[in-house]
Amino acid sequence: MDDNKILEIKDLVVHYITDEGVVEAVNGFNVELNKRETLGLVGETGAGKTTTALSILRLVPNPPGKIISGDIHFNGENLLEVEEERMRQIRGNQISMIFQDPMTSLNPVMTVVEQIAEGIRIHQEVGAKESIERAETMLELVGIPKERANNYPHEFSGGMKQRVIIAIALACNPSLLIADEPTTALDVTIQAQVLELMRDLKKEFSTAMILITHDLGVVAEICDKVAVMYAGEIIEYAAIEDLFEEPKHPYTVGLFGSIPSLDKNVNRLDPIKGLMPEPTDLPSGCKFHPRCPHADPICSKQDPLTTDVGGNHQVRCLIYEGLVEPKEVL
Amino acid sequence: MDNKEMINGIEVKTTKKRSQLAEIWRRLKKNKLAMVGLGILIILVLFAIFANVIADYDDVAIQQNTAIRRQGPSSSNWLGTDHLGRDIFARIIHGSRVSLLVGFVAVGFALIIGGLLGAIAGFYGGRIDNTIMRIMDVFLAIPSILLAIAIVAALGGNLFNLMIAVGVSSIPRYARIVRASVITVKDEEFIEAARAIGATDSRIIRKHIIPNALAPVIVQGTLGVAGAILSTSGLAFIGLGIPKPQPEWGAMLSDGREFLRHAPHITTFPGIAIMITILSLNLLGDGLRDALDPRLKQ
Repeated sequence: MDDNKILEIKDLVVHYITDEGVVEAVNGFNVELNKRETLGLVGETGAGKTTTALSILRLVPNPPGKIISGDIHFNGENLLEVEEERMRQIRGNQISMIFQDPMTSLNPVMTVVEQIAEGIRIHQEVGAKESIERAETMLELVGIPKERANNYPHEFSGGMKQRVIIAIALACNPSLLIADEPTTALDVTIQAQVLELMRDLKKEFSTAMILITHDLGVVAEICDKVAVMYAGEIIEYAAIEDLFEEPKHPYTVGLFGSIPSLDKNVNRLDPIKGLMPEPTDLPSGCKFHPRCPHADPICSKQDPLTTDVGGNHQVRCLIYEGLVEPKEVL
Repeated sequence: MDNKEMINGIEVKTTKKRSQLAEIWRRLKKNKLAMVGLGILIILVLFAIFANVIADYDDVAIQQNTAIRRQGPSSSNWLGTDHLGRDIFARIIHGSRVSLLVGFVAVGFALIIGGLLGAIAGFYGGRIDNTIMRIMDVFLAIPSILLAIAIVAALGGNLFNLMIAVGVSSIPRYARIVRASVITVKDEEFIEAARAIGATDSRIIRKHIIPNALAPVIVQGTLGVAGAILSTSGLAFIGLGIPKPQPEWGAMLSDGREFLRHAPHITTFPGIAIMITILSLNLLGDGLRDALDPRLKQ
């Protein structure tokens, strides 16, 4: 693995084994991330984005979740093979995570400064006093005045809580930050502020980031590369410009098509027809074929391979393997 | 203590760092009923500590005097005398030593053992949970007063055995409460977040789960002290308590019931003592629950 690469995930398969059946949450996930790069992980609810993120930290709830196979290389270590104690040292120190809902991811009976200091105290050999001082510095860095350090989470608004969570995540200066829909629970004006803050801090701390979202606008704002997930697989992977200028996979095209245009007068939204397949009962062949406008009989039989369409733009669709004729102009 | 500061000419409200105990105390102080409860409790404890100063044990509390038996309240015997001519006020004060001691020690004992078992069961779940909780169910299946009677009958009636008996019989109750509240807290997202910053299991239990699971346990604890005092009195009432003639509230009730018709004060005053103690504990417990929750802070 070359020095610039910080994270490499190979053929990751994660299943949730429940009484109702096996939920195939992630099926053969491959991704590489360089230092300081931001990867956007886009997909519908249930596409396996959060499960992938939790697998990196090895926090998939077990039972029922189980990492079946695959490798996750982080800074030269295979995270799926290291001891639990080593993993604990990595969590929060080298890889940290921002959770989706700021309302519930802070401990309600601890002051915010203590919660930021906690990570510092766990990973760095500093005394209580110094950890609090550093936590206060972090708090100011995310734009919360030091005077409010001893307040409790319920005394903050949602946007400020998310800032606190960002401060917790960055307190130990991690080299990889996983942000799981960091702005979903916030309203739009606060979203912009939080995104801007994350972008600035990422630059300041030179952190690589995986941003999980279902908002293509957020991706355009902040990411270098995008991976579009569908039913536990990456179906399209490209640099940000390539994906936005020339989406290849019919699903990605559909996603862009469902965003209402500002300069055209439309009465109805144009969604992708159908629903995400039941994860306990995924369709055979290409998992998108029941909803795909270009689907051919072969799509239900043959699992598409990853095809490089040039410039490290990868698509998983039989059209690009030359096996299916697109029905209309893409 | 909020204090206002001037920063750049603008008045800024700052919150000084306070220790958590100071913070809880500040919130508890605002609750008048809780303070009344605490006040009564402190007075009772002081009475118990200085019982010998107020009324000498040998000379007053157990000194029989048939000349003045079954007399109502008077200036020499404030709460009257019992059927053996002993001063009821002195006996209540000396009795509070037994009641308070058994109440607090038994609950502390039950809380530590039960809480630990419940926390382990709730946190780890699965087979460990099942094993612990089924054993607790076996204990619960036996009425707690019956269990206490059996223990005292087997070990003999003295102060230490009484504490064990009352404590053991309430272990399952605490185990269940702690387990239930640990299970609720365990699945909260901030526990996952704590794990994601690399906190160890023991840190998560100590710093995140216990403080969040404490409220119902504390309320149950204070109510439990009241219950333990009642159990002690109940055991004494059926003759399984502290050996006579040491005064004990339940035993006093039991002794007085034969004379309920002609000298009701013999039973009334110990009854009132039990009632006041339990009331003060309940008031305090209620206030503590509110004070421990920073979300209710004003």
